[in-house]
Amino acid sequence: MNFFFKTMAVAAICLPLSAMAHKQWLAPSKTVLNVDQWVTVDAGVATDAFVLDNNAMRVENLTITAPDGTTVQPENAATGKLRATFDLQLKQAGTYKIAVVNNAISASWDDNGQTKRWPPRGATFTAEGFAKEVPADAKDLKVVQSLGRIETFVTAGKPNATALAPTGKGLELVQVTGVNDLYVGEAATFQLLIDGKPAANVDVEAVANGTRYRNAIGEIEMKTDKNGRFTINWKQPGLYYVSATITDDKAEKPATSRRSSYAATFEVLSP
Amino acid sequence: MRHRIPFALAAFVLPGAVMAGNLNLSVELPRIDVAEYHRPYVAMWLEREDKSVAANLAVWYQIKKAAAGSPNPAGGAKWLPDLRQWWRRSGRELQMPVDGISGATRAPGEHALSFASDKGPLANLPAGNYKLIVETAREDGGREVVDVPFQWPVKQAQQFKAKGQAELGAVTLDVQP
Repeated sequence: MNFFFKTMAVAAICLPLSAMAHKQWLAPSKTVLNVDQWVTVDAGVATDAFVLDNNAMRVENLTITAPDGTTVQPENAATGKLRATFDLQLKQAGTYKIAVVNNAISASWDDNGQTKRWPPRGATFTAEGFAKEVPADAKDLKVVQSLGRIETFVTAGKPNATALAPTGKGLELVQVTGVNDLYVGEAATFQLLIDGKPAANVDVEAVANGTRYRNAIGEIEMKTDKNGRFTINWKQPGLYYVSATITDDKAEKPATSRRSSYAATFEVLSP
Repeated sequence: MRHRIPFALAAFVLPGAVMAGNLNLSVELPRIDVAEYHRPYVAMWLEREDKSVAANLAVWYQIKKAAAGSPNPAGGAKWLPDLRQWWRRSGRELQMPVDGISGATRAPGEHALSFASDKGPLANLPAGNYKLIVETAREDGGREVVDVPFQWPVKQAQQFKAKGQAELGAVTLDVQP
């Protein structure tokens, strides 16, 4: 939990405004494996999920939760121009959650017709800096908290749910039918939570990998029901990027609005 | 190598022939003409109507453990999840190898297996509708699943035949009362 506070310090670095239009993804080499096997994960940021043509994801805020609920460290972490990467040996049987959680606050206001922003790109948000740099009487002041969670899941042997327990902060996904038990021809159901409670009427989008090799994106559009649940009918095997965003006013001060985003990568197999 | 197959075949068929209430099955692994042939991993099991596993019959894989310091610490078990359906339905819950089920990979040819109703995987098998599932996955090759529906037990002997497209040849199931 303490990384939420740590991440406040790297706020502006992790979520530059320009990156908001981009998709951030974790792409595991495999998701259904045996105990002791290695898996490698690519982490990228680009317009299209899984297309390595823009930037590496910042993975300082990476947390890998093992099947017994403990945190384990990645190996061979490296950041390239187009993607970051790390390896993980699945020494325990069960399901691992691999998550990057970013939490940032940024302010923008109108200064005689010019839009000013603080903190500047690459700088970190601090309450002192905010008080000093942002005029108390700033015109059209908007202070926005961006709380983003990017996840993927891998399982060695029999899946379990210990690592999947939600934290109760921001937008999160919990399994109903499984996160590494996904097959074409079988509907998969998930539940979205906001601050631990069902997130109803949220738009959810799923996009299969390989967008570069087809003309249409082929999004699957869904909406969560009153219990926060949504169901996906996978059209083809492969990796899928499933994402949702909600905006509300439950922001950490001094922010007045909060943008909570969630994105997960799932691997769907042919039966 | 080729001469060993009939002996192995006989060893399986002969004990089976003297027992009542049997499942006798024959599975053909086709000879595949490729430069680099690796024997396939094969799993055979009985599936209930809800797709749960009633009995594992056989799993042929490379049982060899990894050598110390190997880049593949999982050894031959690394490729068991490639038997995707079997892995999902039961393999991932087993501690392989399992006595009476696991065996080494087999060469191309016909392989016969026989199971008696009073012991082994068929002991206490309730009456019902089942499917025999044969799944195969080959390194640098394809994967195939063949299923054979049948009822258990039967009043008179019945034979069922199925055939794979590429990775499996004829699959014949004899169900005896």
